[in-house]
Amino acid sequence: MVRATVDDPSFFHRLWLANVAFWRAIASPEFAAQVRDWPSGLALPAEASAPEAPASEAPEPTRTLPPEPTPPVARANEDAALQLLALFQREGRLVDFLEEEVAGFSDEDIGAAARVVHTGCRRALREHFELLPVRSESEGDAITLGADFDASAIRLTGNVVGDAPFRGTLQHRGWRAEKVTLPKLSAEHDARVIAAAEVEL
Amino acid sequence: MTDREKESTFAIGIDLGTTHCALAYVDRDLSEGEDVALHLHRIPQTVSPGETEKLPLLPSFVYLPHARELAAGATALPWNPTPAWVVGEIARRLGAGSPQRLVASAKSWLSHGAVDRTGPILPTTAPEDVQRISPVDASVRYLEHLREAWNAANSGEPLADQEVVLTVPASFDPAARELTAEAARRAGFANLTLLEEPQAALYSWIEATHGAWRERLSVGDVILVVDVGGGTTDLSLIAVLEEEGILALHRIAVGDHILLGGDNMDLALAFVVKSKIEANGERLDDWQVEALRHACRAAKEALLSGEVETAPIVVASRGSKLVGKSLRSELTAEEVSRVLLDGFFPEVDVEAKPHARARTALTQVGLPYAQDPAITRHLAAFLTRQLAATADLEGFEVSKGRFLHPTALLFNGGVLKAPAIAERVRSVLDGWLVADGAKPVQVLEDADLDGAVARGAAYYAFARSGGGVRIRGGMAQAFYVGVEVAMMAVPGMEPPVHALCVAPFGLDEGSALEAVPQQLGLVVGEPVRFRFFSSSVRRDDPVGTVLERWSPDELSELGAIEANLPASNGDIGGVVPVHLRARVTELGTLVLEALPEAGGEPYRVELDVRTS
Repeated sequence: MVRATVDDPSFFHRLWLANVAFWRAIASPEFAAQVRDWPSGLALPAEASAPEAPASEAPEPTRTLPPEPTPPVARANEDAALQLLALFQREGRLVDFLEEEVAGFSDEDIGAAARVVHTGCRRALREHFELLPVRSESEGDAITLGADFDASAIRLTGNVVGDAPFRGTLQHRGWRAEKVTLPKLSAEHDARVIAAAEVEL
Repeated sequence: MTDREKESTFAIGIDLGTTHCALAYVDRDLSEGEDVALHLHRIPQTVSPGETEKLPLLPSFVYLPHARELAAGATALPWNPTPAWVVGEIARRLGAGSPQRLVASAKSWLSHGAVDRTGPILPTTAPEDVQRISPVDASVRYLEHLREAWNAANSGEPLADQEVVLTVPASFDPAARELTAEAARRAGFANLTLLEEPQAALYSWIEATHGAWRERLSVGDVILVVDVGGGTTDLSLIAVLEEEGILALHRIAVGDHILLGGDNMDLALAFVVKSKIEANGERLDDWQVEALRHACRAAKEALLSGEVETAPIVVASRGSKLVGKSLRSELTAEEVSRVLLDGFFPEVDVEAKPHARARTALTQVGLPYAQDPAITRHLAAFLTRQLAATADLEGFEVSKGRFLHPTALLFNGGVLKAPAIAERVRSVLDGWLVADGAKPVQVLEDADLDGAVARGAAYYAFARSGGGVRIRGGMAQAFYVGVEVAMMAVPGMEPPVHALCVAPFGLDEGSALEAVPQQLGLVVGEPVRFRFFSSSVRRDDPVGTVLERWSPDELSELGAIEANLPASNGDIGGVVPVHLRARVTELGTLVLEALPEAGGEPYRVELDVRTS
């Protein structure tokens, strides 16, 4: 295939690249960090990656958060949850929608509002999460699970008896977040304000 | 290759766009021959008060907040907890609510010769307490943000040490180019070259073919680049020649500066829906019109693709009550087709002319938007005017048709991402070609129309020192100064002006040019102004040519230029005979100098004159 020959570097080019990469990795901590993080394709969320500042002699210039000594886990989770809520509210008015009593409205009115929520939240979801189905088969397909299946990613329901292999029908493909990139919060930011009140002058 | 270029680890391309900026880079160490390690650099920016995020583009907006408007740390950036300026996505968002504090389209102001481009004029509608900034200041802010973002991510390789190519519209006049270069210098860019955007788009396409472009193009091809961005439309023609046995590219013509782009189109759609909503007795405020514009932009894609006949448009209420308070309307495929395709890209004859703009007073405050929104009419006028553009080139048949026949078509800019619009441009052009007995064009596809200019610029920065292909062409205009003809004074009548050619068409970097033979007298210690003209069609005028009359098609007037002979060069009030001389700097800007006849140091003629 033409494409393969164009994209794959020759042996000597690879040898040369390896040599270049070797010296760059030694000389530049940033480059080394990029190489380290590259193969998994998994960008850590901002909070989690913050403590991994490269151990170079230069002060790390990319952060405003002062390194908190052993941040309490519960607090960090709460901030991330509030941030996500704020994101869905900002992009798709999710909190407004859920907090509103809809019983008295027609389906047409609810439908119009749902479009705002759907368009905005979907955009926010796709920008900040990379979601993939846990199983790539179509729903309704018969599938077989070996003894080594991951019980945290696949839940067995119905007549669950006997030993693996388990044969069944895929009811829901599941979702897995392959990548999460939430905006970074500044130190002074009050995450509890999900949407600021607006006053027009 | 200079020592400096050898040292630069990265070759960087920056697209300083009217609505968005992008930065791409080539890692020289990881690139060899056609295998180029070319990437877009994601730009960290504040997206909402207190939140920063890396986005592929930096929206070209500056917001000038009220002192009490934002909480402490609301605009903190990863590299600066208290930035002096609010730039990027957050500026765009805040500006939607308070447009009178938003600086937008600074680039269009930069090319607007009738205003003081270095004076504090933006935002034009700002209230009294806002410290306004100049179009140059705004460009400095965007470039500074890009530099700091780069430096924060590459601490060992600061941007000032890298080779940077910054793009400008092909239709930018010499003063706008000089001001762009000045903005870059002020933003701390050291090793800089300017490149025309349509050329950058072609470089991007060339890079993406991994060398196969030589099979796709051959001698005698003429590539038409149609670049419809957020705020401007830029047209260029690039010819394929053979030089010393290899293919060479020569940019032979550029179009006028047309202030017309995707923003106009989204706004046009928004007004269609707005009038429908207001017909029901509802009122929309600025914030809602902005929301409507976004909704229309999203709906446009689906409608243009023909997937659906109607798309619902909902403008959310501003208050927290969403259900029942949101405004609902719809946009139909017929409306999109009528407004966008027939409004901006109508099927016209090649002899159609854009509706002429009457010469406006120099005191106007607004931007000189194109009066005719029909891009196809601008295209027809451009190709008709450039009929003779290939006449002097070897290997090209002299066109017997009514317009210059392009053989290949390259699209650039976000608007042309919509296949229906790109297809309309192609079919209109093919219609003209077939009617003239010529073959339809070959479309050169580029996958990434948003990032193409930055990518192409980075590729150019990389390839030009490595002997890669270069598009040549020099200045796409000839330049003239207006000289008053000595005659008896007639009350109420301006003395006639002749145009004296000071820089020929195609003037290139490094060409040694003789001074204009005609002598001009300058008053020492007093600024002397000249009218300044350009021509994109008079290709054969040597330096010193005097035009006594010209048609409006041939010459267009630019902002005035000013020569200011310092008093140290002679007695104040005395007249010193000088000769003008033009050259093109390494950066790609035009320099006009006045050489005193008696000898001595040449001094610069200012291309950007403050209008007071």
